Amino acid sequence: MKLTFLDFEQPIADLEGKIEQLSKMHDDSAALDISDEISRLQEKSSALLKDTYAKLTPWQISQVSRHPQRPYTLDYVQHLFTDFQELHGDRTYADDAAIVGGLARFNGQSVMVIGHQKGRDTKERQFRNFGMPRPEGYRKALRLMKLAEKFGIPILTFVDTPGAYPGVGAEERGQSEAIGHNLFEMAELRTPLICTIIGEGGSGGALAIAVGDVTLMLQYATYSVISPEGCASILWKSADKAPDAAETLGITATRLKSLGLVDKIVAEPQGGAHRDYPAAMQTVKKALQDALKQVQGKTSDELLQARFNRLMSYGKFKEIEIQAA
Amino acid sequence: MSWFQKMLPPKINRRGGEEAKKNVPEGLWFKCPSCQTVLYHTDLEKNLDVCPTCSHHHRISARARLNALLDSEGRFEIGTEVQPVDTLKFKDQKRYTDRLTASQKSTGEDDALVVMQGNIQSVPVVAAVFEFSFMGGSMGSVVGERFVRGVQVALEQRCPFVCFAASGGARMQEGLLSLMQMAKTCAALTQLSQEKLPFISVLTDPTMGGVSASFAFMGDVVIAEPGALIGFAGARVIQQTVRETLPEGFQRAEFLLEHGAVDMIVDRREMRKQLATLITLLQKQAAVESEAA
Repeated sequence: MKLTFLDFEQPIADLEGKIEQLSKMHDDSAALDISDEISRLQEKSSALLKDTYAKLTPWQISQVSRHPQRPYTLDYVQHLFTDFQELHGDRTYADDAAIVGGLARFNGQSVMVIGHQKGRDTKERQFRNFGMPRPEGYRKALRLMKLAEKFGIPILTFVDTPGAYPGVGAEERGQSEAIGHNLFEMAELRTPLICTIIGEGGSGGALAIAVGDVTLMLQYATYSVISPEGCASILWKSADKAPDAAETLGITATRLKSLGLVDKIVAEPQGGAHRDYPAAMQTVKKALQDALKQVQGKTSDELLQARFNRLMSYGKFKEIEIQAA
Repeated sequence: MSWFQKMLPPKINRRGGEEAKKNVPEGLWFKCPSCQTVLYHTDLEKNLDVCPTCSHHHRISARARLNALLDSEGRFEIGTEVQPVDTLKFKDQKRYTDRLTASQKSTGEDDALVVMQGNIQSVPVVAAVFEFSFMGGSMGSVVGERFVRGVQVALEQRCPFVCFAASGGARMQEGLLSLMQMAKTCAALTQLSQEKLPFISVLTDPTMGGVSASFAFMGDVVIAEPGALIGFAGARVIQQTVRETLPEGFQRAEFLLEHGAVDMIVDRREMRKQLATLITLLQKQAAVESEAA
């Protein structure tokens, strides 16, 4: 698969293009030895990549998080799990392809995997609705979570959505209720819940499968109350101000870790997870193993108490002394 | 006090005070946008901001609502010690701190939720009411924390919790901290549910976004006010996405009732009575005596 470059990666793309051309010339004519030149350019390119990624702005990170070649939930399913048995439908209305879920083995152990799913090509993107679930998607997710709870199976969720789908049918079928219901139930679900933000954590549509005991976040994932574009068009009255909005909203893993809203940042390969799937999968696997170990020693009462305390700790405010009237 | 002020009768005198200045309505007359009737402002207020001609429910301030809802005796405000901070140093065209100050000045509240312990027709409750005029009733850390403290008092007092939502959603200026208030408020409600204490959720105009998609629909009974706009996504966003015209009455209370999303629509003037009835029914208590209107 040919690597897609983002706008800000253009200088790297140019270098890589040159390298490719030279390599072709090198292969075509044995007489011409330009391997030194090629390796020099390769070094330059990887240094440039390293340099670019060392100082990504939040807006650039948000583009990486939406990279069309970024690993999606089903890629993780394929690499990290065995015996995946996809389970379909909310038993009420439909099967929403924007959320996938099912039983699987993680290191041989039974788990329930639930995640948003985006599509790779136009047809699949439409089928997956760009990873934007409708109420039936959230209701399917809840059904699977309750199933996992019944059999004492830990739940691993993978979060990657622009947001819950804003459509007429979604509203008619209770998008709000579906999300709220998940938040309520996840707070008291008697089984470990580990949530990993792998790409775009788009607002309530993301949170609806992201309340749990541990929140992991990939290095170049984003998680936000509103998309930078949405925020810019409301507060600046112009979507062009999205880079400014991304900056001030605090949507990156490092910022959210410092606010205590994310527990662990999972490092990505140089230049983002999409450049090296196996390496990305390996670090995610390790992080999930550690997280599982951390929660599995606890009784379900301890687990729930800790989860509750964590949820109650969210928020920043000051407390003043009230003088008696 | 000057000799002239001393000469004035007390009523006129008071009008000059700081307190009174705040309470003087901006205009004496008010034109109902729904039926175009020109109303005397105090008549509208007396009618709980419901148009006497067409029954259009205008937005009402949190304090006015609490005043109309709770018995005058035995009120106690909860969570006033919790105050907003600008953690993100958020700045768009205005600073968050400036927006806070402006809202505090114009509403007299220090954030968008007022929580009070009190009684509805002698039935003890904790009531949380959103102030829509405070940054669109948006939910940030203070709203979430006050909500939770209200639930805690309800747990301690073993009384029901009633919430009147009026909000555009989560507060952007507190970023992901605001989103987490959705999870936080819902988690608090699980405790109320475990203790079998009723939670009644009243959705008023408007109840949207992160407030709609968290605790708002988790009520044991979900009530809507007539004509209230209630939904997840705003009409403009939906229209941009689906590129079709929205159905008549879309996301209005009546539309939600028709689609099975709410239990009932209750006129604001009947709310107090209705809540007392529902709560006593849920708690298997005797009916409250009906009070003179």
